[in-house]
Amino acid sequence: MSNNKGLTVGQKRAIWAWLFLVIPIVYFIIVRFYPTFDAFSMSFTDWNIIGERNYIGFDNYVTLFNDPVFWVVLGNTFEYLLFGIPISLLLSFTIAYYLDQIKFGHGLLRACYFVPFLTTAVAMAWVWRWFYQPVPIGIFNLALGELGILQMDFLRSTTQALPAVLMPAIWAGLGFQIIIFLAGIRSIPDSYYEAAKIDGAGDRQILWEITLPQLRATITFIVITSSIGFLRIFDQVYNMTQEGEGGPLNATRPLVIHIYKSAFEDFEMGMAAAQTVVLFTILMVITLLQLKVMKKDG
Amino acid sequence: MRLNILLLLTYLSLSFSAKAQEIIEIDYWQYAYKERISAIDKLITMFEAENPNIKVNHTTFAYAQYRTKVAAAVSAGEGPDIVQLFYGWLDDYLAGGILQPLSQQEFPTAEIDELYFPMVQNMKVDGEYYALPTAVRSLALFWNKKLFREAGLDPEKPPKTLDELLDHAKKLTKRDRAGNIIQVGMTLSPTGQDHNWWREVLTRQYGGKPYSNDGAKVLYDDQAGLDAFKFYSGLSTDHNVTVVDFMDKSEAAFRAGRAALHIDGSFLLGTFNRGGRRPLRLEWGVTELPRHNGIKSNYASYWVNGITTKAAGAKKQAAEKFLKFITSEEAMQLWLDEVGELPARKAVAMQDSNKNHSTYGAFIRGLDYAVSTKFYSEAGQRQTVVDMLDRVVLTGMSAKESLAIAAREDQAIIDKALNK
Repeated sequence: MSNNKGLTVGQKRAIWAWLFLVIPIVYFIIVRFYPTFDAFSMSFTDWNIIGERNYIGFDNYVTLFNDPVFWVVLGNTFEYLLFGIPISLLLSFTIAYYLDQIKFGHGLLRACYFVPFLTTAVAMAWVWRWFYQPVPIGIFNLALGELGILQMDFLRSTTQALPAVLMPAIWAGLGFQIIIFLAGIRSIPDSYYEAAKIDGAGDRQILWEITLPQLRATITFIVITSSIGFLRIFDQVYNMTQEGEGGPLNATRPLVIHIYKSAFEDFEMGMAAAQTVVLFTILMVITLLQLKVMKKDG
Repeated sequence: MRLNILLLLTYLSLSFSAKAQEIIEIDYWQYAYKERISAIDKLITMFEAENPNIKVNHTTFAYAQYRTKVAAAVSAGEGPDIVQLFYGWLDDYLAGGILQPLSQQEFPTAEIDELYFPMVQNMKVDGEYYALPTAVRSLALFWNKKLFREAGLDPEKPPKTLDELLDHAKKLTKRDRAGNIIQVGMTLSPTGQDHNWWREVLTRQYGGKPYSNDGAKVLYDDQAGLDAFKFYSGLSTDHNVTVVDFMDKSEAAFRAGRAALHIDGSFLLGTFNRGGRRPLRLEWGVTELPRHNGIKSNYASYWVNGITTKAAGAKKQAAEKFLKFITSEEAMQLWLDEVGELPARKAVAMQDSNKNHSTYGAFIRGLDYAVSTKFYSEAGQRQTVVDMLDRVVLTGMSAKESLAIAAREDQAIIDKALNK
C-alpha cells in the first residue's frame, strides 16, 4: 500500500494500462517479432530443419536471383497485385455506391455480398476449381457448350490460369471492401451534398468532387490491406492448382507458394527465409509508398 | 568365491527381472490414414498381449504435415522411438542422424536379403539395414468392365500390350458433338502414379533405362526415352484418347465411370470397392501392367519403419521387438487384409491365395519384376515429369526438346542432393 502513496491517479492508470498491455506485447514479441528477426538471420544460413545452421553469407540471395523460376514467380505475384487492386476497387466501390442508394433489400444484398468473405478460402477455391473444369463437370464450360462456344482451358492454360485463380480471390475480398466503402460513404456529412445540390452540382460532379475526395482515407486503407492480401495470395493457388504447385508450368505460382514449397517440401529453410525477406521488403516498400502518395495528395 | 559370484549373479538377475516388470513405453509414429491406423492399433493390441511389460503409444499426423513434424520433433529430441517413413526419405533421415541401424542379432542382413522382395535392399547402407517395410505397393491397370461392354469389347479381356492399350483406348473414348472428350479411353495424370509408369516402366519397355544403377545420373534423354515419352504424351497429342488430369483427379474420373483405363497403385483398391449400389456400383477389374517388346516392368514403393537414435537401452530393445512383430508374416497378412497393401516378405505375398487373388493378385505378380526409383526429391522429380508433359500438351513444344529440359532439371535436383 505504502508503495502506491507517491503515485497520482494518472500514473496508476498508466500502470494498469501497461499491465493489461503486457500480455499482447509479450505475445507479439514471441510469436511475431522474434521469428521475423530470426528469419533475417536464418536467410544467411543453409539450415535444412534437421542439421546445424551454417552461415553462408549471401549465397541464398545469389542463388535466388539467378533462378529464372524466381523471377517468373515474382512476376506472377505482381500480376496478382496489378490486376487484383483496380478490379476489386472498382467493383467494390460501384457496388457500395449503388447499394447506398437503395433502401429496399439493402440489408439482404449487403449480407449476400459479405457471405463470401466469411466462407473458408479453401472450400471456395475447390468449388471454383470444379467450376473451371472442362466438360463434363465444369459449369462454365458446360454453359459455354450450351451457347455453342468452344470450351476454354481455364486452369489448364498458361495464360488463363492466373486470372482464373485471381477471380475467387477478388470475389472473397469484395464483401469486406464493400462494407468499408459503405461506412466511408455514410460518414460523409449530408450538409456537403445539400450545399452542392443548392449550388446546382450534378450527380457526376458530386461523385468526383465530393464523394471520392472524401473517401481518400477509406481508399488508402483498402488499397493497402488488399495489396498486402494479393501479394500474399496462397489459399486460392494452393487449392486450385494440381498438387498446390502453382502450375501449369508455374503460370500461377506466387511468391508465398514458392516460400512454402522451399520450406516444407524441400526443407531449405535458409532459402525460404531469404525469399521471405524479399517478400517482407516488397510489402514494406509498397505500404510506405502508398501511405506517402495518399498523404501528399491530401 | 564361487558362492559370491553366484550370489552376485542371482542378485543381478533378480534386480533385472524386477526392472523388466516395469512398463516400458515406446512411441510409434505414422501418418494418418484410416485403414493404416486401425491396422496398427490391432497389431499393438496383439503385441501388448504378448508383451505385457511394453506399452506402445501410437501417434499419427496428417500426411501433409507428417514429414515436417517428424523432422522438427526429432531435431528437438522429442521424436518417436519407431518412425514410419517413405523409402525415398532414407538419405535425408540418415544425413540428419535420425535413424540407427537395426541390430544384426535381431535383423540379420542375409536373412532380410533373402526373405524380402529385392527392392527392400534400398534400405541397406554399408551392409546394415536401417528400416524395414510391413508392406509394399506396386502398379497395375484398372479397367471398367461396363464401358468395355458398351464399346463392344470383351469385358473380361483387358489389354495385354501397349499396342492393345492404345487400340482399346481409341475405342473407349467418347466425345460430344463439339468434339470435347466426355469419357477418356485412358487416364493421363503425372501428378498421380503416371510419372512412375513413364519413368520405370515405359522407358525400360522402349529399351532404355531411367537412371544409372547408383541413381546418380539421368539416362532417359536418349532415343528409347524419347520413344517412351512420345507414346506417353501421344495419348493426348497424337491420339486424343485422353485429357490430362481429366475431371481434376484421374482416379475420380475412373470412380465416376468416365475413364475406361487407369493405372494406379494397390492403395486405390479400397476406394474403388467402397460404397455404391447398382447401377452406381463400379464394375471393374485389375490386371498386370501391359508389356511392350516382350518387356514387363513395374514400379514399387513402400513405407518403412526405422528405429530412431532416441531409442536406447530397454527402449531400444522394446522398439526392436515391436519392429520385429510388425514385420512378421502374421502382421503382413493382417496389413494386406486391412489396408490392401502387399506383403513385403516373398513367402507371404507368393502364397497362392494372395498371388491369384482377383484384385491383389495383379499387384503381387507385378512385384516380381518391380523396381523402386532412388528418389532424391520425390515431389521435385515428379514435377519435372508434370512440366515435361505440360510443355508438350499446353505449349506445343516438341517431345525431344521437352524431354531434354526435363532430364536437365531432374539431373540438377540429383546433383544438388548429392552435393549437400
